[in-house]
Amino acid sequence: MKDQYRLVEFNLNGKDVSCMVDARASLTDLLRNDFRMTSVKKGCEVGECGACNVLIDGECYNSCIYLAVWVRGKKVRTLESLLGPNGELSDIQQAFIDEAAVQCGFCTPGVIMSAVEILESGKEYTDEELRKLLSGHLCRCTGYENIIKAVKKTMYKRLGKPMPAE
Amino acid sequence: MYDIKELYEAESLEHAIRLRVEHPEAHIIAGGSDVLIQIREGKRAGVELISIYTLDELRGVSLDENGAIRIGSLTSFSHITRDPIIQKYLNVLGEAVDTVGGPQIRNIATIGGNTCNGVTSADSASTLHAYEAIVELTGPDGIRRIPIRDFYIKAGVVDIRPGEIQTAIIIPKESYENTQGCFIKYAMRNAMDIATLNCSVNVRLSPDKRTFERVRIAYGVAGPVPMRAPSAEAEANGKPVAMDTVEAFSSAVIKDIRPRDSWRAAKAFRQHIAVELARRALIESVKRCGGEI
Repeated sequence: MKDQYRLVEFNLNGKDVSCMVDARASLTDLLRNDFRMTSVKKGCEVGECGACNVLIDGECYNSCIYLAVWVRGKKVRTLESLLGPNGELSDIQQAFIDEAAVQCGFCTPGVIMSAVEILESGKEYTDEELRKLLSGHLCRCTGYENIIKAVKKTMYKRLGKPMPAE
Repeated sequence: MYDIKELYEAESLEHAIRLRVEHPEAHIIAGGSDVLIQIREGKRAGVELISIYTLDELRGVSLDENGAIRIGSLTSFSHITRDPIIQKYLNVLGEAVDTVGGPQIRNIATIGGNTCNGVTSADSASTLHAYEAIVELTGPDGIRRIPIRDFYIKAGVVDIRPGEIQTAIIIPKESYENTQGCFIKYAMRNAMDIATLNCSVNVRLSPDKRTFERVRIAYGVAGPVPMRAPSAEAEANGKPVAMDTVEAFSSAVIKDIRPRDSWRAAKAFRQHIAVELARRALIESVKRCGGEI
């Protein structure tokens, strides 16, 4: 291949970065190998499971089926961006722990990034809408109920409203 | 790493067309949610790709001077569903593409890629057939516009000629004006599944809402390519809005569709749900038009 390594400049978790990337690489490869963003998991690698999900310009994408060179000029956010300056967890991460929405944890970073898109929309969603918005993730441990609960709880907390009784 | 022999990154539409002419063997990649998976599965291993994904000039929905809805080929499904023009005039297309894959897939997958794959199960295709969409292709000799039914040649094969790129899908005003539609996808799961069968109906009622002025229906997975059901349409056009018409309409779809047995479902089952989906989608379309049935 001509120009096998190509310059890619983008914004990663609020910081402008650049690197030479193999034109054959996926965004998952770029984030894990070149920037050590190991929250971005390699699961199915065919866009089915959502373990590699990241935010690009505010929308969720499975980074395994996104060519690394496409990321030029974009703003990418991974789970690492949620940590506070001293490694504090964000509200949504804490909610996942409190609601036991994590078991093995492999799907969790991807699910949480979808939750971030949901929460940052500032909208109030019904349970059915939340299920649909989170439907791009496979979790083999939790059975999803606790994941929905964690997202819902954080949604109402951020909206400043009491959570409706079940 | 993907097994890609060469990746040509188009920087403009003209550049993309030039790349198409220079590298006739190369495959076009838009969002890649089909192409990259085929490469991963080894089907297109060692492929040369022309990437058009970053051409923002091919994104967005607009109304042209004739009132036709123009959807840029790289517009993602989630943007189609959220677009105010689509929500106002062509909500059924927004609903149809909202059933594709899951949220992340709908952010990357493009309507151009969905149609250019030429697969019968494409969730946008039945609605585009039912609205007699026009496919716009731009090549070295200029722009070519063809009806979507002619664009589909056979399973997996569409009419894109050497040097061409699909640049837009156009819904003429005459086609969508004063219509309401309903799309139903039948699949085993609610997300991340391919349709066993999908059905898109749209209806224009007379001003008193008692007569079907125009009814159109199209299916995906009812044959090798997406297809209309003209016998069913003939049963409803000009007929009174009543359950008798609905029953005649839905039972007539059997004359037109040609589903097959596959590991997803048997032919007989597909025929059964084709009739039921036609019935439900027509009744719902009438309700959305403000009619009573």
